Amino acid sequence: MNDPATHSLVIEGLSAGYKDRTVIEGLDLLVPPGRITSIVGANACGKSTLLRSMSRLLAPRAGHVLLDGADVHAMPAKQLARTLGLLPQSPIAPEGITVSDLVGRGRHPHQRLLARWSREDDEAVADALEATGTVELADRPVDELSGGQRQRVWIAMALAQRTGILLLDEPTTFLDVSHQVEVLDLLTDLNRDRGTTIVMVLHDLNLAARYSEHLIAMAQGSVYAAGEPADVLTPDMVEAVFGLTAKIIDDPVSGRPLMLPVGRHHVS
Amino acid sequence: MTTLEPAPARPPRTATLVAAGRRRRARRWATVTGTLAVLVVAVFVVSLMVGRTFYPPGDVLGVILGHDVSGADFTVGRLRLPRAVLALVAGAGFGLAGVTFQTMLRNPLASPDIIGISAGASAAATFAIVVLSLDGTSVSVVAIVAGLGVALLIYLLSRRGGAVGTRLILIGIGIDAMLDSATAYLLDRAAQWDLQEAMRWLTGSLNGSTWRETVPVVLALLVLGPVLLASARGLGMLQLGDDTAAALGVRVERTRLVAVVAAVALLAFATAATGPIAFVAFLAGPIAARLVGSSGSLLLPAGLVGALLVLVADLCGQFALGTRYPVGVVTGVLGAPYLLYLIVRTHRAGGSL
Repeated sequence: MNDPATHSLVIEGLSAGYKDRTVIEGLDLLVPPGRITSIVGANACGKSTLLRSMSRLLAPRAGHVLLDGADVHAMPAKQLARTLGLLPQSPIAPEGITVSDLVGRGRHPHQRLLARWSREDDEAVADALEATGTVELADRPVDELSGGQRQRVWIAMALAQRTGILLLDEPTTFLDVSHQVEVLDLLTDLNRDRGTTIVMVLHDLNLAARYSEHLIAMAQGSVYAAGEPADVLTPDMVEAVFGLTAKIIDDPVSGRPLMLPVGRHHVS
Repeated sequence: MTTLEPAPARPPRTATLVAAGRRRRARRWATVTGTLAVLVVAVFVVSLMVGRTFYPPGDVLGVILGHDVSGADFTVGRLRLPRAVLALVAGAGFGLAGVTFQTMLRNPLASPDIIGISAGASAAATFAIVVLSLDGTSVSVVAIVAGLGVALLIYLLSRRGGAVGTRLILIGIGIDAMLDSATAYLLDRAAQWDLQEAMRWLTGSLNGSTWRETVPVVLALLVLGPVLLASARGLGMLQLGDDTAAALGVRVERTRLVAVVAAVALLAFATAATGPIAFVAFLAGPIAARLVGSSGSLLLPAGLVGALLVLVADLCGQFALGTRYPVGVVTGVLGAPYLLYLIVRTHRAGGSL
């Protein structure tokens, strides 16, 4: 039932916003199942708002978010949380909580009000710790961890949720470059080993092009371009979406497109 | 039969380790909570035994079971029992309400007795008694309405601008000061009040408690306590931030609404009976957190700590210090240094408050 690669996530005519500000207007989108999708775009173009609408945190003004054909905003909260997980940009770890307890919180949508902790819950937590390389940290308080370790723990929590689709809002923010690559490698493992559909907002265009099979460029609350990185990451797109003159070359490591910003002091 | 080589030590499976760690933490929770419950019962019984006349446990038990125990009937049954029961249920109510707010707002300073909700209930109760000449349940109703009103007011004032947290606490402290002076003004106007009675509405007191005050609080705790305990898991999830909790299938708004209404109502019932016993709501949660660690819900342990605090403080106030002090004076002496410690500590840690 929860075979990850079969879940479809489709957005039709979505408009969403906060109070009197409309952030997203008439957005259509199809998330390719079983793939890694990255959303890129300038600040305040509606990337986070889109993720929040996709995961029911924000009710749409118009349009639908359809998970396997059913409107997520009409679905029971826990049922949705068993299929679709979201790691927000800055989750908060309660003071003193241990890694293992925090990862265990990911089991919430699978637990009933009075049900005891099951063996399946323990297995899911153990599995998530192993997949993220955090087994040795299990009994440590989260407060004591480094930024990179902490991010892996949060991803472990989302993994313990065992959803076929995982949305991540800037999972690499505040991490140095080696930890950014580490987190993206980890997400790639998840996608390859388990077929988890991954949708993430990323700031770094080059990492987005490197690690995703599907790239969505957003501008002013709608999709400017979507498709394979080679088709989406073009000088025209960078100019239109970010207002930046750039050169695109072939990444010698991966063969994916690599963006080089030009700036005022150089000539392209 | 060949002798078997001892099996090579295999590394334990991660799931086994996870389960063992979880069980260890659950055991600590159960041990601490059980110990607290035993202590509450023990202090409760002691507070029935001691006084001007000492009654042995047998006599006390006899009175509780409804037997005729000559001499002890009146003193234990009519004077000490309602007082001890009120100390227990009001303390538990303050503790539960306090830890609910502290958990929900992710800040130990966000306790209802710091941010003005207790002061609101107390001022309203004083107003109801002094100006409207009400008594009994109608005082509780006025206190509940005022408590919810203050909670709503603080929420609305602190919501503008987005940042809740520190702003909410600062606004709450301001409102708390205003309401305290309103209570003092009302008490000043009512000339017939003696100091003891006035103390009830300023710092809280159990003096002269009868079943009439005690029964509504018992009923409130029996109804609202389970409501709060049932929302414990959802409240714990809210600590991860609203978005994370919602993504994990928690209905954030509903959980918060149920918790706020139940906590404020419980607090208001207790306050209408005893006055705002100083700092119990504020202290119970953090003390419980120190004892049980970070695992498991703090609600039940905090309720027990609250009951224990009030029972012990009332015993001290009555007998340890020569003069009979109202219970709120004793808890105030305990609570104020802790408040200072908390502010110094968060300041040192670079917190915003």
